[in-house]
Amino acid sequence: MIEVRGLQVRYGGRLVADVPELDVAAGECVAIVGESGSGKSTTLLSLLGLTEHAEVSGRVRVCGVDVLTASPRRLREIRGARAALVMQSPQAALAPATRLGVLMRRALRLHGRTDVDRVMARALEAVLLDPEILRRYPHEVSGGQAQRFAVALAIALGAEVILADEPTSALDVTVQAEVVGVLHRLRAERDLALLLVSHDLALVSTIADRVLVMKDGAVVESGPAAEVLARPSHPYTRELLEALP
Amino acid sequence: MLRHLARRLGQALLVVAGVVVLTFAVMRLVPGDPAVAFAGPKATPEQLAEARARFGLDDPLPVQLLNYARDLVTGDWGTSLRTRQPVRDDLYLAFPASLELVGAALLIAIAAGVPLGVLAARHKTRLPDLGVRLGSMLAVSVPVFWLALALQTVFAGGLGWFPIAGEYDSSLDTTSPLTLWTNITVVDALITGNWPIFTSALWHLVLPALVVAAYPAGVIAQMTRAALIEEAGQDHARLERALGFGETSILTRFALRPALNPVLSLIALVFAYAIVNGFLVEAVFNWPGLGRYAAESIRSLDTPAIAGVTLLVALVYVLANLVVDLLQGFVDPRTRSR
Amino acid sequence: MTTDAQPLRRLLPRVPDRFAAFGAVLLAVVVLTALLAPWLAPYPLDEPRPLERLLPPSGAHWLGTDQVGRDVLTRILYGGRTSLFIAVAVLGVSAVTGVTLGVVAGYAGGWVRDVIMRVTDVFLAFPALLLSLALAIVLQPGVNTVILVIAVTWWPWYTRLAASVAASIATRPYVDAARCLGVPAPLIVVRHVLPNSLTPVLVQLSLDAGGVILTSAALSYLGLGAQEPTAEWGLMVQQGQTLFTTNWWVVTFPGLAILVTAFAFNVLGEGLRNALDPRRAVR
Repeated sequence: MIEVRGLQVRYGGRLVADVPELDVAAGECVAIVGESGSGKSTTLLSLLGLTEHAEVSGRVRVCGVDVLTASPRRLREIRGARAALVMQSPQAALAPATRLGVLMRRALRLHGRTDVDRVMARALEAVLLDPEILRRYPHEVSGGQAQRFAVALAIALGAEVILADEPTSALDVTVQAEVVGVLHRLRAERDLALLLVSHDLALVSTIADRVLVMKDGAVVESGPAAEVLARPSHPYTRELLEALP
Repeated sequence: MLRHLARRLGQALLVVAGVVVLTFAVMRLVPGDPAVAFAGPKATPEQLAEARARFGLDDPLPVQLLNYARDLVTGDWGTSLRTRQPVRDDLYLAFPASLELVGAALLIAIAAGVPLGVLAARHKTRLPDLGVRLGSMLAVSVPVFWLALALQTVFAGGLGWFPIAGEYDSSLDTTSPLTLWTNITVVDALITGNWPIFTSALWHLVLPALVVAAYPAGVIAQMTRAALIEEAGQDHARLERALGFGETSILTRFALRPALNPVLSLIALVFAYAIVNGFLVEAVFNWPGLGRYAAESIRSLDTPAIAGVTLLVALVYVLANLVVDLLQGFVDPRTRSR
Repeated sequence: MTTDAQPLRRLLPRVPDRFAAFGAVLLAVVVLTALLAPWLAPYPLDEPRPLERLLPPSGAHWLGTDQVGRDVLTRILYGGRTSLFIAVAVLGVSAVTGVTLGVVAGYAGGWVRDVIMRVTDVFLAFPALLLSLALAIVLQPGVNTVILVIAVTWWPWYTRLAASVAASIATRPYVDAARCLGVPAPLIVVRHVLPNSLTPVLVQLSLDAGGVILTSAALSYLGLGAQEPTAEWGLMVQQGQTLFTTNWWVVTFPGLAILVTAFAFNVLGEGLRNALDPRRAVR
């Protein structure tokens, strides 16, 4: 579902992300790990063409669409509807003066979905949220609810790819497990391609099939999650692992 | 919410009390003896003494202030030295006309300022943005009295598209007299279905309202632009982009409501400013509002009338601020829980 | 934004933000012409020539002559001095008074703060022009009166501004440390609080100057400000207003002078604010 070759992202000439190869198939979960500033979030955002003021080169195919050469209109068609984003700070990612239900309804209408009410109810059910939440404003829901709602948005729109940018780092430990559980289950049920960006190696080890380790914009190590985490070959990966409690 | 309301009300009352003291102080500073102004220059000493007693001018200042405040509260705003009418009645006639002018101007300002702000934010740092920014800055820099004169000369005097001055064609008073409900001509004509006066009043309103609208339109456009750009840089705008929404619909459907919050509190400020700015415009267009009343009162050193106008405008200002504060809760749900 | 550029947006050229520079240049021109008025003016200031009344713009009188035969250009050049003098005086008085009170309020806190801020609120509750008007009626009309009555309405803004800056600085660790070490309060204020208030006050000053110029012109237009024979733009508009239809130049040029000066200050202020306040810098 995601196919990246020779992706390079530059801000004002400075190379901030250099990813030679990255593939995510349906039903697979790939994690990019690294500390903040390693270029992992930039890589994720560039897959949807959401990096502002950046020069992006290489080849990026998401759901069969060449993101870097697609027209803005074509790009907007796949955003949300086929590849969805889940962001780090769940409440700040929701428009403050818009009820959650209004946001979801608008997004569904935007992509021409019909039978909106039933779709919304089903999506909320899939992430274990009470439909009552649709009447609330972002500041009236908890972080875990907001994050599950973001996943519900992706489900409702029928996305095949979920790009999650540090989806749990702003949440409490118990709530983290909840959100991870939902993502894990939905991936299996719906054959989703899941690309996860995180600095939380514990999370990565429970959910990811393969891992890319990034440092200063470059991929320093990649391979099956179990292998990389058990026998890290790069000193930086060892450093990350040792930092684990 | 209730505690917030109570606190704001308390603050407003404190400000009103201060305004009364300030008005009183200004009134006492006016040169000339109000008793002489009331009784006339040829008054006998007895008549003068009677006038002095009548206005309580022999009492010590603090007592005068307390009496003044008590009278205000009980609805006695004094008697105009010029019209010999209770000031309250005079204001009751003049204020609606000002309200009509400023209300129309603010409607124009919002209708023009908000879309222009959206346009500028949408094409940030490009030509439309530059145009809106320069235009809005010209609008806040133009002297209103001069703009009034210029529009009047060109569009009323020269081209004859609009009437030169006045609130409506007074000859209509005989053919289709207006029933007064609110004293706001346009509104009264509308609810009583008096179409000749309604169209005439609207026609007379165009030029003065445009002039008064210039400043608020400029400020609102600038503020809307700045607030929208800030809002569009927030995290939620990124999620909306990731959901496939276009830039225009992110600005108008998600960012505009929270962005209007600062704009709203601005409108309260601008409202009072526009009333006073309207004074200058009323003079040019001979508009029968507070400004003309104030100007005439100033010319005849009519202290109670001047104090009345000052007090009324300050009260309106305090009230407008209060209303906006409460309205904000409805526009931005985040402030409601405070 | 690069990947989201729509065709329409590509057609619109990016315009660099040169507001501050543009405003500064415009203002420099205004200030220079006012300062050099005695040398630039083609005619002496007060020399009515009854035979040359209401002449339209020509080679001899670039902007025409007024109702008593004075050169309009000359009076506009000298009028700039009046307006700029008023603006400098008003803002000087307001900023010094306002900042002093504000710093005291913000640094001292407690009841001192409450009293000062409540009084400030009362003054701010009066629409500025209205209070100026009310006071101007009471006093002898003239340039000094204009300065006084506008300054009375303007200082509270600086108090509010300085108080918020001072309050935020008073809680900083290094100020706390200085206080614990026994550094006297006035010294802390001079060393730490005032320098930090300077930038926002400067921005506010340039933003306010346009407003002061407009207010003073309005007062003069109402006959409550500068009086004959002082050259003042608002007064020139008032004296010429009945002649607008027949002799447009008498009113048009003084009004334009007010517009350009206020505009220059506003553009400069806006540019400075964007340059100095990163939160509002919008690019």
